[in-house]
Amino acid sequence: MEPRALKSIVLSVITIVCAITACIPLFSVLLMLVYRGGKRLSFQLFYTLPPGAFDAPGVGGFGNAIVGTAFMVGIAGLISVPFGILAAIYLAELDPHSKVSEIARFCAKTMTGLPSIIAGVFAYAVVVLVMGHYSAWAGGIALSLLMLPTVMLTAEEAIKMVPNPMREAAYGMGCTPSQSLTEVILPVAMPSIITGVVLAVARAAGETAPLLFTALFSESWLAPNNPTASLAVLIYNWSSSPYQNLIELAWAASLILVVLVFVLNIISRSIGGKTKL
Amino acid sequence: MADNEFLENADGKTLSKPPTPGDIFFDKSFRFLTRAFTWATILLLAFIVYKIGGEALPAFPDLRIKFLFTSTWDSSQNVYGLLPQIWGTLYSSFLALILGGFFGITIAIFITQDFLPYKIEIILKNIIELLAAIPSVVYGLWGIYVLIPLIRPFANFLHEHLGWIPFFSTRLSGLGLLPAALVLSIMILPTVAAISQDAFKAIPHKTKEAAFGMGTTRWEAILRVMLPAASGGIFGALVLGFGRALGETMALAMLIGSMPTVTLSILSPADTIAALLANTFPEAAVGLETGALMYAACVLLLITLIVNVAGAVIVAKATPGGDKR
Repeated sequence: MEPRALKSIVLSVITIVCAITACIPLFSVLLMLVYRGGKRLSFQLFYTLPPGAFDAPGVGGFGNAIVGTAFMVGIAGLISVPFGILAAIYLAELDPHSKVSEIARFCAKTMTGLPSIIAGVFAYAVVVLVMGHYSAWAGGIALSLLMLPTVMLTAEEAIKMVPNPMREAAYGMGCTPSQSLTEVILPVAMPSIITGVVLAVARAAGETAPLLFTALFSESWLAPNNPTASLAVLIYNWSSSPYQNLIELAWAASLILVVLVFVLNIISRSIGGKTKL
Repeated sequence: MADNEFLENADGKTLSKPPTPGDIFFDKSFRFLTRAFTWATILLLAFIVYKIGGEALPAFPDLRIKFLFTSTWDSSQNVYGLLPQIWGTLYSSFLALILGGFFGITIAIFITQDFLPYKIEIILKNIIELLAAIPSVVYGLWGIYVLIPLIRPFANFLHEHLGWIPFFSTRLSGLGLLPAALVLSIMILPTVAAISQDAFKAIPHKTKEAAFGMGTTRWEAILRVMLPAASGGIFGALVLGFGRALGETMALAMLIGSMPTVTLSILSPADTIAALLANTFPEAAVGLETGALMYAACVLLLITLIVNVAGAVIVAKATPGGDKR
């Protein structure tokens, strides 16, 4: 065979091997989650509190962490979704090429690269130091900083994708810019906006670093003004525990977290996939 | 009759009418609100920088620039230095970039250069994107209980036989740079792959057709024509991947071993700024230690901002439309 053709084939084989190698970690993670986390999976996990160190093996769960994660992601969503969508409307529709928009877009892009631990440090300085104690509110605010740029930039893209004739039709009917937005443009762009929101929620649910010193951790049920448990911090705290029981629970929590994140990803894809404009 | 039908279809609203004073008021306040939140985005980022900088400022007269070049972190004697963490942050991210970058670019080539039927291409793309969806704390757990036991014999074999090379000069006792960098490379691979794919897709079809027309093999076309044409976008992808790696916290806090050393050995434990913050912040003594940690946060913020802005600018310049990520 010609050496050139041979070289081409060798390189192709290397590429295929690389692609397969890159897929191994995903399957390894999933396999281990099912294998080690699946053993402890039961309904008990969802409604019981964390076990003490000396409880019998197989006892306890992390209902409080599931509630805590849901509560804090909820707060983060309530802050970042209206904030992000309103700013996106301005960026995409009302004044896309002004200096303010250019700078705001640049700031949002910069914030997508903000290290998540920095969001935690910021929320610590702004909320925890002012309130004087760790709380679910501080955790939610830290998470909202990470959700905001995702929500904003995807919403901007979604609004920009609405076909121009629809806008012109709305204006032609005598709509004010706001009416054309709320009655025509936003409903059309909504599925794509929701895609971005769901992706941001999925990311926030798995974030640990912003919660480490804002929400901290707790062994009891949710009380928003006190330290609050979350699935992510639970996994971190218990991962290096000397107690087998807690390590097993950390694996089970990981399994639940990853299933949640994957389901959210699939939901966002199916919403986004249906409405390609 | 026809009129009424139209009215029914429009839920009782007339189809067209001039805006009422109420509509105009709503319009004005709605537009004001969107403008206010756009300004708020800018102010928020400025406030983050200002706040973290402000918290770090009281510690600056005590720690000065020397903080960045000394290695001791001892809260009992109130002596703080960030050099090992800065080194560890840059070194671990660099190691992750070599591996994650290589795999990311290779996969981008594999996906965009017509190797695969469309359906398998989509599946592979989804698998790579799901890699990015797994929370980093889960990667940390996986790293501790699966990856480290797996690579330890191999790493210690390297040390025993190639220990004279500085990169392998210590044993891997468990936690260390190598497992941390491996997990980090898995985490930045999707970023690099996705942005590189955009770079390849931005090349006009005719470029490749011209190369094939000259009688090149598939790989001659890729290596001599497509890669150079996409190189700007790929470079941007690498810079952004590097930015992601610099700021990544949990996987490193769990796997790197948190030992403040400046070392070339990839088998030794080390520390990073983000891991230092994650591990030390909750128990830090109020006063100079908190100030020192805020100073460290400030350094991390500046490094990542610079790298990310540089990456975004490079990608925006190199691939038209590729700056949407």
